[in-house]
Amino acid sequence: MRLLKLVPDNTNIDFLRWRWFAIAVSLTLIAASTFFLVTRGLNLGVDFSGGQMVHVTFQQPPQLDELRDRISGLDVGDPTIQEFGSPREISIRIPRAEDETVEQANAIASRVRTAITQNYRGARIDSVETVTGKISQELAWDGGLSLLLAMLGVAAYIWIRFEWQFGIGALVSLVHDFTIVLGFYSLTQIDFSLNAIAALLTLIGYSLNDTVVVYDRIRENLRKYRKMAIEPLLNLSVNETLSRTINTNTAVLVAITALLVMGPDVIFDLTIGIFVGVLIGTYSSVYVARFLLVPLGVGPDSFVPTDPISRAERGGRNEGYDGAQV
Amino acid sequence: MLFFPRWKIWGISLLCLAGVLLAVPSLLPAGANAWLPRWAQAMHINLGLDLAGGSHLLLEAETPDVARQRLESMEEVIRLEMRRADIRIGDLSTSGGQLGFTLRNPAQAPEAVTAARNQTVPVGLAAQPDWSVAIEDGNRIVMRQTEAGIEQATDQAMDVARDVIDRRINASGTLEPTIIRQGNNRIVVQVPGMQDPEALKALIGRTARLEFKLLAEGVTPEQLQSGRAPIGTLILPYAEGGDNARIAVQRRAMVTGDRISTAQQDFNEDGLPAVTIRFDSAGSQAFARVTQANVGKQFAIILDNVVLSAPSIREPILGGNAQISGSFTVQSANDLAISLQSGRLPVELHVVEERTVGPELGADSIRLGVIASIAAAGAVVLFMFLTYGWFGMFANTALLLNGLMIVGIMAFFNATLTLPGIAGFVLTIGAAVDANVIINERIREELRRGRKVIDAIDNGWKEASTAILDANITNTIAGALMYYFGSGPIRGFAVVLVIGIATSAFTAITVARMMVSIWARRARPKSLVL
Repeated sequence: MRLLKLVPDNTNIDFLRWRWFAIAVSLTLIAASTFFLVTRGLNLGVDFSGGQMVHVTFQQPPQLDELRDRISGLDVGDPTIQEFGSPREISIRIPRAEDETVEQANAIASRVRTAITQNYRGARIDSVETVTGKISQELAWDGGLSLLLAMLGVAAYIWIRFEWQFGIGALVSLVHDFTIVLGFYSLTQIDFSLNAIAALLTLIGYSLNDTVVVYDRIRENLRKYRKMAIEPLLNLSVNETLSRTINTNTAVLVAITALLVMGPDVIFDLTIGIFVGVLIGTYSSVYVARFLLVPLGVGPDSFVPTDPISRAERGGRNEGYDGAQV
Repeated sequence: MLFFPRWKIWGISLLCLAGVLLAVPSLLPAGANAWLPRWAQAMHINLGLDLAGGSHLLLEAETPDVARQRLESMEEVIRLEMRRADIRIGDLSTSGGQLGFTLRNPAQAPEAVTAARNQTVPVGLAAQPDWSVAIEDGNRIVMRQTEAGIEQATDQAMDVARDVIDRRINASGTLEPTIIRQGNNRIVVQVPGMQDPEALKALIGRTARLEFKLLAEGVTPEQLQSGRAPIGTLILPYAEGGDNARIAVQRRAMVTGDRISTAQQDFNEDGLPAVTIRFDSAGSQAFARVTQANVGKQFAIILDNVVLSAPSIREPILGGNAQISGSFTVQSANDLAISLQSGRLPVELHVVEERTVGPELGADSIRLGVIASIAAAGAVVLFMFLTYGWFGMFANTALLLNGLMIVGIMAFFNATLTLPGIAGFVLTIGAAVDANVIINERIREELRRGRKVIDAIDNGWKEASTAILDANITNTIAGALMYYFGSGPIRGFAVVLVIGIATSAFTAITVARMMVSIWARRARPKSLVL
């Protein structure tokens, strides 16, 4: 049987040659993302801005204008009414008023429930979410904090496992991926909710996964080819790990695509974030994480065996496999 | 690397078998596991409310309430204690969160301080008093609540509130609610299967503080209108009397709802819904005593500081029964009966977050999630087979085991599966092959370098292990933070992610290697197409 090879054997692509092009692409993407984030901002969902989100499945597709009038007639501010999956499924988003009390928030939810069940026969209320101001602030704070800690945590781990330059490289590539995915949420105005935070956290863990595998190979090659200049060595490492990067990410993208296409609409905001994150993460682990090591001063002197840390590591590596020999 | 002693093979196989067996009860369709022993049935995955459908309510207590109530009751206690100790006091006031009184005779200051201190109790690990007592200006004694005191009182109030809510929800016939305290002033209520929580919110939102008080006499209409009550009286809104109707009552209650032994929905003589209550013996006695002494006068029935009705006492009420009418419906009378029977809430609670998912949407989510998972797994399995051939099938077997073990471990810990959790599961299907991809790519490389087959396989595993380990640890860091900071559904995602990392490391590194080793020993391959 002939096996499928997405990446041919012994590739020798000179990734370094395209470095400036990659930098230009990255900077453009980051600039565009920042631009969108500044001008359009994120479409914060109920989790972070408070208010109500109601999902309804109607028997017949409702007149959206009529529905909007009915809902705003309840004195609930300016509702956003959108189709959600199909014309019969509608999401109603009611923003939180500036000085809304807890009682008011709960009263709104119950008024909307009543208005829909009374005016539309057979309408089924699928979900109701009410988040008050205080809780939304807490959720936003916790979400932001967890992202920050996750980034610092993994960067610190990489610093401990490798060298500080690798930690910085990982952190910069994380910020790179992170900004672009945020920019994507801003551009598309997809609801930015707790699910989006979960997507970003997954991205942090996952994009690092790629970066680590590559760094591991760079470290190995730095030890193996002590005389080789750093730039060809990075190129070699990229080429050696290329088919792993492509194959794994293909598998992940295939799985996530199944979820995007066939999975429930309710977690679209989560899966789309992971999908975009994996795409960007693949690119950034090839370019951003690696070639950043050059200006940061990683060279043939890094990881020389006299370094007590790496020697201990080497010792540890062999000890881990006692008793299992061919 | 490739040599596995017999005991190791057995050990690994048993571990896999255990994981798979644990998954069985969860994978059987509902109702089909009745023949399993009880302990096996107990090992199942809980469905989060976003999948099972139901209502999640986060309640927050009005904590300043607790301090205020403590202040009020201390005022009463001090009045009594000082009288008992024969200390004459005046100007007893509660303002700015503290209690103060002036001594008529400053020489009694030490006695008064002792009497006041006797009413404090040590709290917490440091055994701090719950009130501080100080003399100011020689003859004024000031009592302040300490932080520790407020904290302990709040804690106790929240425990009571939790129990009260538990009783109320159970009495209303709702099935299997989960009611847990969260932090120092919150309670989470989760009710599976509940589609419209408005009734539940009404039930929880009412403090149900019932009081019977005599009407105050000699209050002028001007005073009523201005709301400025003469000493010893209170002006309260009157529900039945139209807008802005007010009524003046005495501050001291004849009897309160704390003395109720039973309460039930009933109909009054006009055939309208009402609530009949029965006092306990102390309550009955108090009620009898006051009604005997005040025949012909009016009293007010007050619920949560609103006067419901103000009947006249036509004859002494000796039996300890009373009926509350107002503009009730059968439902609201029934709710009130439940609230009264289960006791009043020591603090006011507000619903600060509500998330309700209908059962149909939940069922849809499960169905679509399962379809997507199967499709994802199928696609990945095909991809791995096309890319790595037989070695891909080893990886696929490991992948299948991985999926079953995730289910098994979640069942063992009765973990909760949420909708994002399903997404985590699908992500894991993709990510779990990573370890095998790293290993197989490494073996390919070693083969290209001209190593012998067995050596190449051996080296592939050895060299790939550190990369796999590092990658898994970074994912675990992200997952752990997600669990720590995330709420409900997100936690479900984190749980699946972290379990998936552990099981995929085990299945990909250990199990797949074992399969390859057994294959290599049997087949003794001279060459390998990879």
